[in-house]
Amino acid sequence: MSLVRRAAMGLAAPVLAFLVAGVVASVVLLISGDDVGAFWDVMFSMPKHRNIVSILNTSAVLYLSGVAAAIGFRMNLFNIGVEGQYQLAGLAAGAFAGEAWLPGPFNTVGAIVVAMITGALWAGIAGILRATRGVSEVISTIMLNAIAGSLIAYCILQIGVDTGNARNTKQIPEGARVGTIEVFGDSPTQLFGLSLLAIVVGIAFWVLLNRTRFGFDLRASGASETAAVASGVNVKRMVVIAMLMSGAVAGLVGLPVMFSDSFSYGSSFQTGLGFTGIAVALLGRNNPVGIAFGALVFAFLTEQATLLNILAGISPDIVKVTQGVILMAVVIAYEVVRRYRVRLEQASVAERLAESRPAPEQPKEPAT
Amino acid sequence: MTAVVDPPVAPASGQAIELTGIGKRFPGVIANHDIDITIHSGTIHALVGENGAGKSTLMKILYGVQKPDDGTITVNGEQVTFSTPADAIAEGIGMVFQHFMLADNFTVLENVTLGAEKLHGIGDAARQEILSISEKYGFGLDPDELVETLGVGERQRVEILKVLYRGAKIIILDEPTAVLVPQEVDALFENLRQLKDQGHTLIFISHKLDEVLAIADDITVVRRGTTVASVKPSDVTSHQLAELMVGSELPSPSTEDSTVTDRVLLSVRGIDVQDAAGRPELTDISFDIHAGEILGIAGVEGNGQAELVETLIGMRHPISGSVRLRTSQHGDKDITGWSTRERREAGIGYIPEDRQRHGLLLDSPIWENRILGHQTRPPAVKGAWLDVRGARADSERIVEQYDVRTPGIDTTARALSGGNQQKFVVGREMSGEPILLMASHPTRGVDVGAQAQIWDHIKNARREGLAVLLISADLDELIGLSDSIRVLLRGRLVGDFDPRTVTPQQLGSAMTGAGDDA
Repeated sequence: MSLVRRAAMGLAAPVLAFLVAGVVASVVLLISGDDVGAFWDVMFSMPKHRNIVSILNTSAVLYLSGVAAAIGFRMNLFNIGVEGQYQLAGLAAGAFAGEAWLPGPFNTVGAIVVAMITGALWAGIAGILRATRGVSEVISTIMLNAIAGSLIAYCILQIGVDTGNARNTKQIPEGARVGTIEVFGDSPTQLFGLSLLAIVVGIAFWVLLNRTRFGFDLRASGASETAAVASGVNVKRMVVIAMLMSGAVAGLVGLPVMFSDSFSYGSSFQTGLGFTGIAVALLGRNNPVGIAFGALVFAFLTEQATLLNILAGISPDIVKVTQGVILMAVVIAYEVVRRYRVRLEQASVAERLAESRPAPEQPKEPAT
Repeated sequence: MTAVVDPPVAPASGQAIELTGIGKRFPGVIANHDIDITIHSGTIHALVGENGAGKSTLMKILYGVQKPDDGTITVNGEQVTFSTPADAIAEGIGMVFQHFMLADNFTVLENVTLGAEKLHGIGDAARQEILSISEKYGFGLDPDELVETLGVGERQRVEILKVLYRGAKIIILDEPTAVLVPQEVDALFENLRQLKDQGHTLIFISHKLDEVLAIADDITVVRRGTTVASVKPSDVTSHQLAELMVGSELPSPSTEDSTVTDRVLLSVRGIDVQDAAGRPELTDISFDIHAGEILGIAGVEGNGQAELVETLIGMRHPISGSVRLRTSQHGDKDITGWSTRERREAGIGYIPEDRQRHGLLLDSPIWENRILGHQTRPPAVKGAWLDVRGARADSERIVEQYDVRTPGIDTTARALSGGNQQKFVVGREMSGEPILLMASHPTRGVDVGAQAQIWDHIKNARREGLAVLLISADLDELIGLSDSIRVLLRGRLVGDFDPRTVTPQQLGSAMTGAGDDA
């Protein structure tokens, strides 16, 4: 299969999904009597510079969350617990940094490590339950999400400080905060420094998955557990390690905002990113590049949605509907494209067989 | 037939099916062309051909899975067009697939009625119907038994019962004997003859020419997408038939001079294995394999072969006994507690019984499948890193040396035909100079040409000092390749035979525990 054809097929599914989602969103708007034209005008309007920066910041955290989910998905582990993992990790990192035990940047690095460890441990509970007792990680991570919520509420009462009418962790000292990056001169918002973590994590994820033995074992376990076992993979160990890694990446999700904007963990901490991350991972087919694309799309839609109410008087919830439809459509579209690809490949094998035998030469395919 | 609703039955001597000029093209490929077959009612018609010769496409056309581009299908004298299998079923055509399509956690009754609830419901009427079919053809099936408790032969009878239940008078059997041992094959043939006597028409697809000659009334040979010959079994020998299939000379497994050395490579002593419920699966298994020796294990499927292999590769752990392996790096070592990976690293190759479940990542490209099972060894891996270039280069080597028919190494394993998948798995497991090869049914479902190639590769490696544990349901293969043969019966090693003198009949009776000569 040529490279162009392969790329075209890779794009076919999401494009198809977006078209379907667009049609469904329009129909919903028509039924509810909203102005469809105005909706599309707003959605397709070029975002202002400050909105672009905001989209990038949102994309970064969605990307981290998406990668966290994808690590699990790659070996058929449905880690629904990214939500609880990143919130708990945010609290731990905020509390740690607020105490200022370490000077300046060491405090920042320390807090990142604390966040990753917290996320990993919280996810690891589900991993160990799965490996030793066969408890479905779907159930255990959902429960752990609920427990995390209560645990956070309790901890914030114990260690938090009153700031007006809310309780937050102590303010992160100046020296440990992370600066922002100016993207546009005329934009009041800037890119959070730790948003760049998304790039680091993305590259690391790609390398790990495609170029390391560990990544191969991970993918093999996900693709066929029986074949992985027969090849010598200790699947139980892989389950625990994959959950630990997924949780560690999840731990990073809350950090860009905390270290560049809110400077403490508290009521302003954004929730729900863990669940959106699952959607982003699905949209990106658990592929490092695909997830980036998915994160950008979701961030773009979310940002434009905030304008809907102001400019067109349409409830921004329509965008949630659209996002949901995109997901459903994309799952179906991927399957359709996958089947088509298998058929195409089988045809090309048959072609090879139809050539004169015994095969005198081996036609080489261009390397990818 | 007491309660079966019969579709119109063709006159006994008429033509059940006539295919004329059938052609089927896929983008850029001609899968079938100019296929002409006439199948008489009440006969067993065999369709033989190599893997990839076009048999499957042809049967899919006949069963309504695919539509032909050219040609006509005539069933019982009437020209028909099938858009879906339902159309074919309505004409009384049923298909028994090679890979069983049964839900393990359902009973026989539930499996049979699934999708055919309208015929006799799902209650006592259906149960009665199943019992009466089962009795009529001697299937011996209990409608309320769970399918997961059934053996391979019984599952196959469930599949046949399924199509009979739906009123099929013409039954297509896709390589029905590939999964059976000799006694089960005899039982199947008995069933098929009864079906024929009752006026059913059977289309029998197979590679095993002796079986084809034994059971078929007519034989059609398919080669490279078209029918090349139609013969009567009385007019051809299996050798001639095979030549028609491959279009060239073909080899047969023949024992050569012994290459057995006095160096014990694998030593198994007193192995006991239990299942999760504590029932014994293997009892007091002891044997040695020397370098350069092929030890054949005969046995009726389900007598502990899979457990033995899985214990030796480290996927199961014995409750007692020991396994020792003489490796080049470590010398003679007790490997009883070793993991699968440690054993593979020590040079144990593994050709699994079920290549699709245990030997391949079906949706990964061929070159990634080269890494599977070799995750810690060059050329696929360097340290903690994959060696993509090395894995690709070595995949090219395997594709060439083992004649894997594929457009390239970026093709996914799923796209290859079964025989080519198996050739690749064999090639991979022979890579990295293994010292011990565990081969479970290495040529099952593989065409004669590929079979001979695989035998040659095993024999060549044995000459180099490879020790082989060969498990096979093909007694000719066992006798032809092995230096000694042991028989596994109900989890115990019962017989010790010299392949130079033993006959398949002697092995067969030892396998069923009938004879006391073991």
